[in-house]
Amino acid sequence: MGFSNFFAFVKKESLHIIRDTRTMLIVMCIPILLMVLFGFAISTEVNNVNVAVVAPNRTDGVEEAVDKMARNNYFSFIGYIDNSEIDKYLRSGKVGAVVVFDKDFDRYLAHSLNGIPVKPIIQIIVDASNVNTAGSATLYLQNVLLDKASQQMLFETRLLFNPQMKSAYNFVPGIMGLVFILVCAMMTSVSIVREKEVGTMEVLLVSPVRPFKIIFAKMIPYFLISCIVLILILLLARYLLDVPMSGGVGGIFLLSLLYLVLSLSLGLLISTIAETQVAALLISAMVMMMPILMLSGMLFPIENLPTFFQVVSNIVPARWYIDAIRKMMIQGLSLLDVWKNCLILAGMTLMLIVVSLKKFNDKLE
Amino acid sequence: MNEVVISVRNLTKCFGNFTAVNNISFDVLRGEIFGFLGANGAGKTTAMRMLCGLSFPTSGSGSVAGFDVMKEGEQIKQHIGYMSQRFSLYNDLTVGENIQLFAGIYNLSKAQTEQRSCQLLERLNFSSERNTLVGALPLGWKQKLSFAIANIHEPKVVFLDEPTGGVDPLTRRQFWELIYETAEKGTTIFVTTHYMDEAEYCSRVSIMVDGEVRALDTPRNLKREFAAESMDEVFRVIARGAKRCD
Repeated sequence: MGFSNFFAFVKKESLHIIRDTRTMLIVMCIPILLMVLFGFAISTEVNNVNVAVVAPNRTDGVEEAVDKMARNNYFSFIGYIDNSEIDKYLRSGKVGAVVVFDKDFDRYLAHSLNGIPVKPIIQIIVDASNVNTAGSATLYLQNVLLDKASQQMLFETRLLFNPQMKSAYNFVPGIMGLVFILVCAMMTSVSIVREKEVGTMEVLLVSPVRPFKIIFAKMIPYFLISCIVLILILLLARYLLDVPMSGGVGGIFLLSLLYLVLSLSLGLLISTIAETQVAALLISAMVMMMPILMLSGMLFPIENLPTFFQVVSNIVPARWYIDAIRKMMIQGLSLLDVWKNCLILAGMTLMLIVVSLKKFNDKLE
Repeated sequence: MNEVVISVRNLTKCFGNFTAVNNISFDVLRGEIFGFLGANGAGKTTAMRMLCGLSFPTSGSGSVAGFDVMKEGEQIKQHIGYMSQRFSLYNDLTVGENIQLFAGIYNLSKAQTEQRSCQLLERLNFSSERNTLVGALPLGWKQKLSFAIANIHEPKVVFLDEPTGGVDPLTRRQFWELIYETAEKGTTIFVTTHYMDEAEYCSRVSIMVDGEVRALDTPRNLKREFAAESMDEVFRVIARGAKRCD
């Protein structure tokens, strides 16, 4: 049997999507919205933290350190305040952090023992009501203040790959892991189940077109749309959020294509389980989204999960994808370095396709 | 006109312990309008699915359009048309696009597609509606279009599963005129219905009860045999003993 009927189907599916402008817009807008939201609004990174300084003696050493901090984009230097005002400033929210210099700052700096100061000479007081911000502010503040004189610190902290601790770096791979499952799995499953619900599937099954052709024809337009979304996300990540992509865009793109296919097959599997569009929607939104948010390392590090959930997280495809993308985008690894993730994802894809095609055919009988 | 298009011998379908279709046998000839009646749950749909190549019989044999229902399901699909009560076209595609889709499904060439869609639209007086979205058409029009599209590849048999459900009497009348026209050209029509006045229009009628064919004859003979005024009465007499229903 020729390909002409296959193309007739691809055309039909494309028309369905194009005619459904609203869904199309949602599919295109959700990723952009998520990117902007996570990239800017919801951030745990340090940005414009107001900092006040307490310095009993404004020596050269103090001035130099404060100057360095004030010139940094991530901190706004409010001014020198008195010891007694610290609490007031922090409570009122006028400042997010206060840096207190020892009155003998210069002397201790100079008299350091083998490059190590004999006692702490800087105190950082941080408003920790937002734990995330507080943590990164502290670390970054330490980095800035003692950067040049780092040999004089008790220990040396160096933040690799993401020295500003930009949260966008962390979220972009997570969003990608989430969005493709949403777009591909949800859209395909809903569109297949819709035909079951309306009754057109019956007519297609009585026609000489093989079921797998119907299914693959359905996947193709969604695959193309997802590719557009992928390109959109990568562009936004690179030029709006300044994600480095040091591992090479090619590898990221290839791995994402594999993940797209995986998501599509997941959608197919859902469509064989769900009988109604609402069920398909619920399964893909709730059942898929929760594990991705919680168990993929998108929001919480997998190492922090209870052992049970760590084990469960192994079967969440997004976990492997997000992990690999993070490594390639931020750490600068290449596709070859994450071969293990690729292999796991490929295996999962194959399994999903086999299981869902089998289930799909069984259903017909 | 005596060519046998559908031939069924001792066809049986069991689901576990449940015998949905029990040992049915009949022949349908070319150009016949064969009414396939039965209460809900009598096994009509199961029998029809087997004839359409969608489901394998547990035992027995049968052929549709010259192909074996046991072995040649795929060839059967190429030579039959199908239309169900549930609307079987795409509302978000235009009339023309729906025609093209189904022409594509049956691998018609471009020239064939063009020629047949013109023919079809003309016959239905739809030529001006080619670019209208099917969703915007009244139900009666949709059903007619649906039937015409089920015939686009000129199949030997068309299966109609309660094709006129929810349609007003006038449109039903027009729909049956279309069926007659098609049957006269030699296409066999295999139709299930719940409307007994429609049963009167059929060349022959079979009535299924509890998975078995209890009666099979022309409407006139059936009425005589059961001393009934109408097919409605015949049906009620036969279906009275039914044990299964839903």
